[in-house]
Amino acid sequence: MKHALDRYLNILQYTIAALLRRRGKNFSLLVIFTFLIFVLASVMFFTTALKREAALLLEGAPDLVVQKMMAGRHDPIPLTYATRIEAIRGVTEVRPRLWGYYYEPVARANYTLMVPLAAPPPAGEVSIGRGVARSLHLAVGDLVMLHDYRGGIVPFEVRSLFAADSELVSSDLLLMAEPDFRALFNVPAAVAIDLAVSVSNPRELPTVAAKITAALPDTRVIVRDDMLRTYAAIFDWRAGMMIVILFAAILSFVIFAWDKATGLSAEERKEIGILRAVGWDTADIILLKVWEGAVIALTSFLLGVILAYGHVFFLGTTIFEQALKGWSTLYPRFRLTPFIGGGQLVVLFMLTVAPYLAATVVPAWRAATTDPESVMRN
Amino acid sequence: MAVNDSGRGAGLGYAWSYLAVTALLMVVLGLLALHARVRQRADRESLARSAGLVRRLGLTDLCLYTEARHTRHPAMADLHTPFQDGPLSLDHFPTGSLVSLPATLTRNHETRP
Repeated sequence: MKHALDRYLNILQYTIAALLRRRGKNFSLLVIFTFLIFVLASVMFFTTALKREAALLLEGAPDLVVQKMMAGRHDPIPLTYATRIEAIRGVTEVRPRLWGYYYEPVARANYTLMVPLAAPPPAGEVSIGRGVARSLHLAVGDLVMLHDYRGGIVPFEVRSLFAADSELVSSDLLLMAEPDFRALFNVPAAVAIDLAVSVSNPRELPTVAAKITAALPDTRVIVRDDMLRTYAAIFDWRAGMMIVILFAAILSFVIFAWDKATGLSAEERKEIGILRAVGWDTADIILLKVWEGAVIALTSFLLGVILAYGHVFFLGTTIFEQALKGWSTLYPRFRLTPFIGGGQLVVLFMLTVAPYLAATVVPAWRAATTDPESVMRN
Repeated sequence: MAVNDSGRGAGLGYAWSYLAVTALLMVVLGLLALHARVRQRADRESLARSAGLVRRLGLTDLCLYTEARHTRHPAMADLHTPFQDGPLSLDHFPTGSLVSLPATLTRNHETRP
């Protein structure tokens, strides 16, 4: 046992010494490999954490949302539709939703104005998200001026702010009473923006959705699972796009690593020849090359993953911030709950470290099986 | 076997240093996994509060991208919003280019005559 351990340690000692002899080349390889794994792991951590958070938060979303469509576009829905939907077996409640967008030219931000399904604020008062408060420098008790549909200015008193830890769902919200909302946007009393439908048995959701579509063909029914799938698709797409953008960098690295791993230099061939001549057997030389690859790949992997975790969960994904914000001026401040899946790390390891290790073994085996004399002569 | 005989028990400084650094990095990774577990437990309450808010207000989307309607409420977006200027035109907004068309929209669209 000790004999075998000594053998591995000696080969590792020789490997590190050999890597240090070509330190410039190997150090640059280590830095590039680490950076690549850092970016890939950051994308992976960020999208997985957001997907998981979206799934947890949107569990509370309405079972079904029914929108009226007109000429291919979302249109206000008559409240008579609610009565017809309530008559469908399995539907427990239909609540009209009133919500819309409001562009604030001073802050150059889009807000979401809505009437909550339960406990709306009193008339003339609003509850606002932290993002709205930041963009307009508002505090509780301040007045916020909104333009109504005629261009007149309507003052609202800020009644409360949403909790800071709910920014991922509430940052741009402005909650108000139903009469205020209808007066502000001139929404007739007989319509809502859409309908939130509750169904007693979740397994009946597709059936109820089909019945609504059959009874009201000019509506579109969005099931909660569709909302969750939308977010899963968005983050998968986002991660995919990031990887596509990074594809050129990944390809460059693959070519660089392949060249480094497969194309043994004349110096390295000579070194292998000498090692064979002084008594190393083929297995030792292959082990040496595997160690060389493993030292660089494993160190890069560990460093890249650790840096990515710090970047996403301690520094708030600063590198991706601009891509995430796009053109929006109002952006929620949120702290993602970290989630590391063992499967994620295995996939990342298999995609980065394993191919590199595999690429080092074949040329080393070829060189190690050639005649040492001919290698040294050449 | 030259490898075994050279410097047994001595001159293994590089090897031990490398193993120590690797072990240290693995310990840091383990601590980060522990940190993730602790944060998941600590954030459970605030996530439940936010989910309660979603239920109470009847929200359908996360407030991530506020620049356009279909990026603010992708689950509620119009059928052709990102492509309204033409079937082959891509979205004008930077985040729009990173947000795919929700599956529900294309599915409903396909089933319609």
